[in-house]
Amino acid sequence: MNDLSNFFGPAVDWLAISPLLSLLAGALTLLLVGSLTGQWPWRLYAHLTALSAVIAIAISIRLWGDVGTNGARLLIGGALALDQFALFAAIAICLAIALVSYLTSDYLNREGVDLPEIYALYLTAGIGALVMIASNDLVVLFLGLETLGLSLYLLAASNRRQVSSQEAGLKYFILGGFASAFFLYGVALVYGVTGSTRLINLNAALTSYIPVPRNDAVLLIGIGMILIGFAFKVSLVPFQAWTPDVYQGAPTPTTAFVASVGKIAALVALVRVFVVAFPSRSDDWGTIVFVLSALTLVVGSVVAVVQTNVKRMLAYSSISHAGFILVGLEAASHRASANVDDGLVGVAVYVVLYAAMVVGTFGVVTVVTSDQANSDASGSASLDSFKGLAKSQPLLGLAMTVLLLAQAGMPLTSGFVAKFGVIQAAVAVGSYELAVIAMVCAVIAAFVYLRIMVSMWLADPSDSTTVKVPPLSRISIAVAVAVTLVTGFLPSLILDLGSNLAELASK
Amino acid sequence: MEFFVFVCSALMILVGAVGVIVRKHPVHAALSLVLTLFGVAVLFVAQEAHFLAAVQVIVYAGAIVVLFLFVIMLLGVDRVENLRTEPLSGQRPLAVLASLGLVAVLITAILRGNQIFNERGTGLNLPDAQDGPDANTVQLAESIFSQYVVAFEVTSVLLVIAVVGTVLLTRRTRATAE
Repeated sequence: MNDLSNFFGPAVDWLAISPLLSLLAGALTLLLVGSLTGQWPWRLYAHLTALSAVIAIAISIRLWGDVGTNGARLLIGGALALDQFALFAAIAICLAIALVSYLTSDYLNREGVDLPEIYALYLTAGIGALVMIASNDLVVLFLGLETLGLSLYLLAASNRRQVSSQEAGLKYFILGGFASAFFLYGVALVYGVTGSTRLINLNAALTSYIPVPRNDAVLLIGIGMILIGFAFKVSLVPFQAWTPDVYQGAPTPTTAFVASVGKIAALVALVRVFVVAFPSRSDDWGTIVFVLSALTLVVGSVVAVVQTNVKRMLAYSSISHAGFILVGLEAASHRASANVDDGLVGVAVYVVLYAAMVVGTFGVVTVVTSDQANSDASGSASLDSFKGLAKSQPLLGLAMTVLLLAQAGMPLTSGFVAKFGVIQAAVAVGSYELAVIAMVCAVIAAFVYLRIMVSMWLADPSDSTTVKVPPLSRISIAVAVAVTLVTGFLPSLILDLGSNLAELASK
Repeated sequence: MEFFVFVCSALMILVGAVGVIVRKHPVHAALSLVLTLFGVAVLFVAQEAHFLAAVQVIVYAGAIVVLFLFVIMLLGVDRVENLRTEPLSGQRPLAVLASLGLVAVLITAILRGNQIFNERGTGLNLPDAQDGPDANTVQLAESIFSQYVVAFEVTSVLLVIAVVGTVLLTRRTRATAE
């Protein structure tokens, strides 16, 4: 018999995983207490969700200082990484959870069904996202991906009174499952080649173990499949087909959540896997990322122009944003260059600023489409519903204008800081072609946002109904606009934080 | 003897797998799946992974196939899909090409893996007979609670989501009951 008395599990740094535990505690409280009691008064579901997210943010900030003094490290036997790259994204994810839960509260109360399950799913999705961005192991990453994915499929299908929501959930589920299968197959192939799933060990095995670099077809196919899995999740062209349908069909707060949390988590995990595990093959994946990025930028920007539904428009714009973020990853693949770290910093800054912008934008869309008269049969927002918004609701129109300008990348908004970061990184490593493509696409995409703005400011209101802004949504949109403007006017606030961002945990 | 067991179980697996695809009746297809999963369990026994074999039979051949059968029964056994229609033209030749490519990848992987194992050994720390009959289970448990403890815990969150999702999507709310 084996003796188990000398078995010791890996050491657990409880403080370092407390952001996860905070979200988990919130989710379990909502489910357990929520199922035993009746409807909670005073929007407590949303407040509890936001509270656990804010606690997670506070702990993350505390950990940020810790990592700054003690350096990045690995947790729980090397399964998770603790570094500023992950913490930065974690803060953005938790902020997005808090803001979206307030938007959802107003949305659900308007629909007359305020359920604790929806908020619990936001929190479990957040757990999946936090696991993904910090995972140093492909198996853990896959489980995080599924935790996030399953929650998102359910949220997309959560409006049971609309067929379009059901359809969005089903489409998302089937294509997401398909992507997960690709990812898992890639993980299996890579494991077969290297004998490990830990990212750090993968890198060690690939640099020392595989003697003939050009004889690794199985490894490259594995890497390719992992990339395909990620490409589905972040909707890179040509894997973007589900995005517009899901964004349009899902309840609008869920769309905000998918576009912010879902996208950040997948992108950050993508960057971590490729930069930590496969730097030795960066020539191979760098080229693929270049092509994906260029295609995503062009298709996302050009197709967005011809849409008439605002949610579809923003879906394509989110596709083109993913293209911009990949520009940063492409820059990080030029390992010969001295400025290779600029790409990582660019990606981190971009995802954080993008989260605030996109939550705010979809927040305004949620509020505007609240008026049933403004939505067509499928409950989605046509461009007409924004007609004359700035005249009937000047403040809301102004907020939307700021957010759209930020998405377009206007100077003095956070969008400019974000776009400048990745393009500058591309130029610094000598990837001029991609930088030019990105800049041209930024101009094309600006036309999309301009169309919405023209409709808001120059057209007359189509009917006399005015849009009401509920108080919690007001808070969400105000916070999003504040982040957008403050980081736009004082980019040093966020750029100074970024000095250690490129130091990924490897010990 | 081992070769004989391998050939028998491999035949079971292949016949079952072909049966899943070829059988027109969905219940028969699901039962063919049992054959495949059982064959895999036999292979596990042949590799002396008794615990995995038991889990394979209980979880896959038992629970999951029963679940499949439930779903088939709920949807109605008699519904026949017309397989002649092709929503995407030309997908079948492409599927053949893609699967041939996959077979090529797998054969390469096995051959190369074999070569590497011959050079360096498998690197696996297999329990031998003197560790006792529970050695596999103990090793599995140690692996789950040390190297994969995070994965294990995240799986529990995943299961919670599955339960919540089922409740959320099937519950009759007041709004839908109207």
